[in-house]
Amino acid sequence: MSPPASAAPYVTVRDLRRVFDVSKPWLNRMLEGGEKQFLTAVDDISFEIARGETFALVGESGSGKSTVARMVVGLLPPTAGEVTITGISMSSAAASAERQRMRRRIQMIFQDPYASLNPRWRVDRIVAEPIRAFDLIKEERAIVARVGELLTLVGLHPDDGKKYPHEFSGGQRQRIAIARALASNAEFIVCDEPTSALDVSVQAQILNLMRDLQDRLGLTYLFISHNLAVVRHMATRIGVMYLGRIVEISGGHELFAAPKHPYTRMLLDAVPDLGMTGKQRVPVQGEIPNPIDPPSGCTFNPRCPYANDRCRRETPPLNEGVACHAVHERRIDIPRAA
Amino acid sequence: MTQPVLSVRDLRVEFVTRRGVLKAIDGVSFDIAPGEVLGVVGESGAGKSVTGSAVIGLIDPPGRIAGGEVWLSEQRIDNLSPEEMRRIRGKRIGMIFQDPLTSLNPLYRVGEQLVETIQTHTDLSAAAARRRAIELLTEVGIPAPERRIDGYPHEFSGGMRQRVVIALALCAEPELIIADEPTTALDVSVQAQIISLLQRLGREHGTAIMLVTHDMGVIAETADRVAVMYAGRIAEIGPVQDVVQNPLHPYARGLMGAIPTLAQDASRLVQIPGSMPRLSAIPPGCPFNPRCPHAWDRCRIDRPEPIQHGAHKVACHLYDLNDPTAEAHKVLTHPPAEEGVPA
Repeated sequence: MSPPASAAPYVTVRDLRRVFDVSKPWLNRMLEGGEKQFLTAVDDISFEIARGETFALVGESGSGKSTVARMVVGLLPPTAGEVTITGISMSSAAASAERQRMRRRIQMIFQDPYASLNPRWRVDRIVAEPIRAFDLIKEERAIVARVGELLTLVGLHPDDGKKYPHEFSGGQRQRIAIARALASNAEFIVCDEPTSALDVSVQAQILNLMRDLQDRLGLTYLFISHNLAVVRHMATRIGVMYLGRIVEISGGHELFAAPKHPYTRMLLDAVPDLGMTGKQRVPVQGEIPNPIDPPSGCTFNPRCPYANDRCRRETPPLNEGVACHAVHERRIDIPRAA
Repeated sequence: MTQPVLSVRDLRVEFVTRRGVLKAIDGVSFDIAPGEVLGVVGESGAGKSVTGSAVIGLIDPPGRIAGGEVWLSEQRIDNLSPEEMRRIRGKRIGMIFQDPLTSLNPLYRVGEQLVETIQTHTDLSAAAARRRAIELLTEVGIPAPERRIDGYPHEFSGGMRQRVVIALALCAEPELIIADEPTTALDVSVQAQIISLLQRLGREHGTAIMLVTHDMGVIAETADRVAVMYAGRIAEIGPVQDVVQNPLHPYARGLMGAIPTLAQDASRLVQIPGSMPRLSAIPPGCPFNPRCPHAWDRCRIDRPEPIQHGAHKVACHLYDLNDPTAEAHKVLTHPPAEEGVPA
């Protein structure tokens, strides 16, 4: 369930928190009244990722999973807490030189391959950008060779480098994005919904490619997705997010065989799945509450069939991989992993 | 067999462009019985949404219905004037689209939109129409409908908005509802609520539902029958359980294997090489032949027509009993070169 004790975790996230100011403009507040409003997108999240594993964050929209991804790669400064990668803090000023070297090891793949590639650049320039930005290869001919190698690695032809992004389909574009991510010899790739814009047959190609690359290059993935089936296919460990918190964290197999948190159970029960033809199910009640004004105590309590007064008062800590009073108090059965 | 609510015969839809005529729908036929949910699946560009639009007569130029017939109960509707078609739309055919925010007018209260629709299609008085609107909101599961009816669309969450859109579609008690990706914009927990709502309404009102979506999971749980579309044609159509568990067409088989599911443990997904052809470059013969691991000479020349095979209808030469060579090609002799990482 937790990474092997012998090796230090590759990525450590400690008490990460991000608050957004969603107030109306100052003038409106002065004229119309109203307080400043804050939205806590990520609320004290901690997790570790071991080298070579795929850690997935799943959750519905608004659960804060993308915000975590952006903080981990450093696109967004955390309000509090810290991200440490191979022991180097990504926020403290002290380690700035080391951090700069670390940066090239971290890459990101985005959801929309139509928006993440510059439409006015040829593919070879897009893929070579990290090589040039980090000054990894000096000689121009060597860069061309390396780009050709990367394109072959992701299943494209070296000649494809002469084309523009619009000449490629969505799946091929995502391959280009992967080639770009690998160009700086990245070892840690943060993938934010990498296949949700793709058709299923293309999704299968990209997921298979990502796993093959992981086997060959020993990559570590942080995989963000709302699709539980995809996560099950990809992840070695999974964190389930709800309204900015991790409510359950466990090994991939275990989470699906024996979900503990009532939200995880509800989610697993709600997903339409190929294996479920003809099955009737109890529909889930309610929707995610407004994150600007989240419920007190456990944020899941209004939708939870097991909620009691304590749940409405106290925020449950993440203990034994699950943040739920009812589970901690043994008020609900914990299914055993098959 | 009972009279189908919707009967589509050899439908063809073309888009005339500068580069020539593109065939978006090429000879599609299917029926939907009363109370039945027909799922239409396919990847983007397969023509599933265009099929839905063609049925309700919402193909905009340069698109046009180039052939075939669409029958709603006993009336042929593909050749009606726009004015006649407008009266059928909303009254006899209800529509639900993907994004509930674009289906609702943001400037009008939800109740006003419902009342307007009800009064357009029935001769109820304003007060009676409002009572009916509240009934409908109750039916689609909106809590406190007496109060919510005076809310504006932006005051509703995504799932609640989609419920309002469903209520709108139900206003005139249509015989047929066309739902185009009704749950795609919603979160999974909400998606499940909308699916069971659609199922219940279909059962209780005997409404036929044509459910267009790319999500096989949704189809597997909701539909009675499913049509798998590829490049503007139906590759396979049959009872949902059969098609999901025992797909016949090589494309349908690849598609089912490509979908990661919760039921089985993570292993390698089936991979269909390549991608759907562009409309401007649909290969001759079977449109799937360049990606098909079974394809032989005949598939590259001769277009397969749907063949009845058990409960399925499948457009594939492999199941042609009159072709003595077909059986031999069912065995994979030359698996396609795998795309991706070269070994």
